[in-house]
Amino acid sequence: MEGLRWLLASSTFRLALVYMALFMVSVLVLLVFIYWSTAASIERQADETIEAEIRGLAERYDSDGLTGLSTQIADRLRRQQPGDSSIYLLANQRYVPLVGNLSGWPVQKADQEGWLDFQLGDDISGKVHIARARVFKVRGNYHLLVGRNMSELARTGQGIVTTLIWGSLIMFAFALLGSVMMNRSVVRRIDTINRASKEIMTGNLSKRIPSRDSGDEFDQLSENLNHMLDQIELLMDGVRRVSDNIAHDLRTPLSRLRQRLEAARAGNDDDEQRLELIDQALQEADGLLKTFNALLRIARIESDTLQATFSAVDLGDLLRDVVDLYEPVAEEKSQVIEISGDVSVIVNGDRDLLFQALANLCDNAIKYSPESSTLRVDLNKTALRLCDKGPGIPEPEHDKVLQRFYRSDASRSTAGSGLGLSLVKAVAALHRMDIKFSNTDPGLCVTLSFGKLKGS
Amino acid sequence: MRILIIEDDLDTASYIKRGIGEAGHLADHAADGRDGLLLATTEQYDVLIIDRMLPEMDGLTIVKTIRAAENNTPVLILSALGEVDDRVQGLKAGADDYLVKPFAFSELMARLEALLRRKEVEAPATRLQVDDLQLDLLSREVTRNRQTLDLQPREFRLLEYLMRHHGQVVTRTMLLEKVWDYHFDPQTNIIDVHISRLRGKIDKGFDKPLLHTVRGSGYVLRA
Repeated sequence: MEGLRWLLASSTFRLALVYMALFMVSVLVLLVFIYWSTAASIERQADETIEAEIRGLAERYDSDGLTGLSTQIADRLRRQQPGDSSIYLLANQRYVPLVGNLSGWPVQKADQEGWLDFQLGDDISGKVHIARARVFKVRGNYHLLVGRNMSELARTGQGIVTTLIWGSLIMFAFALLGSVMMNRSVVRRIDTINRASKEIMTGNLSKRIPSRDSGDEFDQLSENLNHMLDQIELLMDGVRRVSDNIAHDLRTPLSRLRQRLEAARAGNDDDEQRLELIDQALQEADGLLKTFNALLRIARIESDTLQATFSAVDLGDLLRDVVDLYEPVAEEKSQVIEISGDVSVIVNGDRDLLFQALANLCDNAIKYSPESSTLRVDLNKTALRLCDKGPGIPEPEHDKVLQRFYRSDASRSTAGSGLGLSLVKAVAALHRMDIKFSNTDPGLCVTLSFGKLKGS
Repeated sequence: MRILIIEDDLDTASYIKRGIGEAGHLADHAADGRDGLLLATTEQYDVLIIDRMLPEMDGLTIVKTIRAAENNTPVLILSALGEVDDRVQGLKAGADDYLVKPFAFSELMARLEALLRRKEVEAPATRLQVDDLQLDLLSREVTRNRQTLDLQPREFRLLEYLMRHHGQVVTRTMLLEKVWDYHFDPQTNIIDVHISRLRGKIDKGFDKPLLHTVRGSGYVLRA
């Protein structure tokens, strides 16, 4: 019972049943049509034979009268083979049989043309047959009936019904077997996917759906689901790491803020000192807000919804503005910023975000380069390259420095939130730009390539 | 000066109202969009401070409505929606300035002063003067006490802005937005470097300093 319910709940099985029912209905229609056309043809044949016999008998009657007719009928009956289906009956005006192979005149009434269908009892087998006949009056008020036993027609019908029943049974059996088998193979595959999904839902994110490597639709589905799971796992890891980092990195400034407020509250009556502490606390709060804003900004940029604000931006203009803004800072360290390459490169993008990204890169370059060094910026149609003279970033850390809050050992002592490059990365990704680091010893080159953006 | 605050957060509203009062201005408060629009259209104000997300009617609709009625009262939008496209939407609707929450009160006050002042001096000047410091917009020449000062173009633009807003506190963000025309968060205080260089040129060697730092807020150019 359980198995049946399970079978009925399966959509594959139900689909197979529907197909089977449709197929059976069409076979039924076909057989009914065959029966109908066969019956029509048999009836037509019978009618024609009856007509021909009547014509023969009529001719005899015309020439030899009633006696000739009776002799003819008796003659024909005598010559009749077993299984021959002709029926004759000549009766007087009171329907009393005179000669013929019917025991009595049928009780059914004939139609206007004299056609009549009636039942015929078979004396030997006791079976009842259908017969068809034509009746008419002959001169002297005698009644003549000429007909055919139609049991052949009944046999044909019987045969068709039998075929139908057996055919349906065999078909049903095969269809059932087929759908159960089909169902089992399909269900087994789906079941595998379902079981894996359930395990993943309970928290085992590293579980993957097994594939048969046959490349069929189920394998494709499994592969797609697995890719999706990879992506989800990657994102989950990212989120976990980021929230860990946020919690960790914000604890320090928050506790500093708390200490300062506490000191300001508990401190002596020196107003000057108290103001100083409050100012420091405010600065700390501003720094925190700035970090949160940067985080929100990165999240917003990464959500990829900002492309609507894109417009044509000249990276050359942008670069000159960034350098104009940062030149005094560089000059404080006696650094020189040199720009080379193309003067104007138009890209489709967000002016403020691109400015922010370039400003962050410029800020880093100045911060990590020693005094009296030269920073080089080169712009061409496919890439922007900024090289500094700083300590560089060790190769294994190239990806890590783009993560939120990551600070390489070399940068830990300098001021910064650890979000600058994350923001650059987010802006670059939004603009479909690639960001690459290379060490020039001494120094670091950051390359933003935007070949895909060119001309758009 | 009369200022209207349309803000549904009562804490923020009373905080702004108190600050404005301490600065010597009058402030009215409306707690939802419909009341705010009614007050803004029936009363005479010098500046409107409008939150974006308000009950009954949102801030942008208020700005659009009063601008459609040819009411040119300066509008400052104060909103938690702070991305570039939000800002562009606000300014497109007809606002004159856009400040993102959370904000420092000094920043808000500096921007309000700038808006209030703009109403007074919109006359095109060719020559700006603060004390003995003169800036000629046509010849692009700057002199102090009849001594010509050698300024770089960016220093000239910075000084021009400070002189146009002399006596008013201008914040670092305002300078980035108005002088460099970029909305971004610098990782370091680059504006301070620019100011100290400018100060070196206009104040160094003169008895009376003109460019002052306002602690916790920004800078002011004052005789």
